[in-house]
Amino acid sequence: MRQLSRRAALALGAAGAALGFVGSGRPASAAAKEAADQIAQFTGGKAAEKGKVSIELPEIAENGNTVPLSVTVDAPMDNDNYVSDILVLADGNPNPGVATFHFSPISGKAAASTRIRLAATQNIIAVAKTSKGEFFTNQKLVKVTIGGCGG
Amino acid sequence: MAEKPRLKLPAEAKKGDVIEIKTLLPHVMESGQRKDKDGNAIPRKIINKFACEFNGKPVFSVNLDPAIAANPYMQSTQRSTRAAHSNSHGLTTTAQSRRLKKK
Repeated sequence: MRQLSRRAALALGAAGAALGFVGSGRPASAAAKEAADQIAQFTGGKAAEKGKVSIELPEIAENGNTVPLSVTVDAPMDNDNYVSDILVLADGNPNPGVATFHFSPISGKAAASTRIRLAATQNIIAVAKTSKGEFFTNQKLVKVTIGGCGG
Repeated sequence: MAEKPRLKLPAEAKKGDVIEIKTLLPHVMESGQRKDKDGNAIPRKIINKFACEFNGKPVFSVNLDPAIAANPYMQSTQRSTRAAHSNSHGLTTTAQSRRLKKK
């Protein structure tokens, strides 16, 4: 992969040490396609309805190394109908996968918070699955000033 | 890993309350994307699974990808099935780390 390393070297020189994102060198659309593939795998090809899922993220993340993220699904958590899984993807990272949360009825609420890494300005996509096999989705754009993929 | 994982729970809970469970796991979460100063990729080393159980029953679990920041912070909730005090809560959390080969 001679071309890639040359590109990485160029990016390093231009960005000056640690600031540049010297990653896989893949175009963003490849990650977006992979994200779409992962969603299709998660839903088994079913279309996810937009809504019910809320994503909390800062509008502008100054440091992509640690960005607070909260995902909440506005759905009942009863024994026979609850939110079982939430898939979270970042479509501009070298690998789109962020995390998959699994819930049970005794979770009480389909809500989780964590801190994530973001390489660049991109969309965060969350897809929720209920025990009845329904899917809900939402996405949010987050602007990243300094990417969090090393360099 | 000298630091101990931290777990924070409310001191007391009534039956039916939805309580917040906060955990902080000290871990580098090396993404596998970074390179050392000689240009060699630093191998990926992450926590890939986190689980929280109440008296053996699963409450919440997470599959983590490299996009989770270092020292993973996880916040989730649980509905109390009985009144409890923080030193007898019956809650177990486990984290699993597995070294994966880069694809």
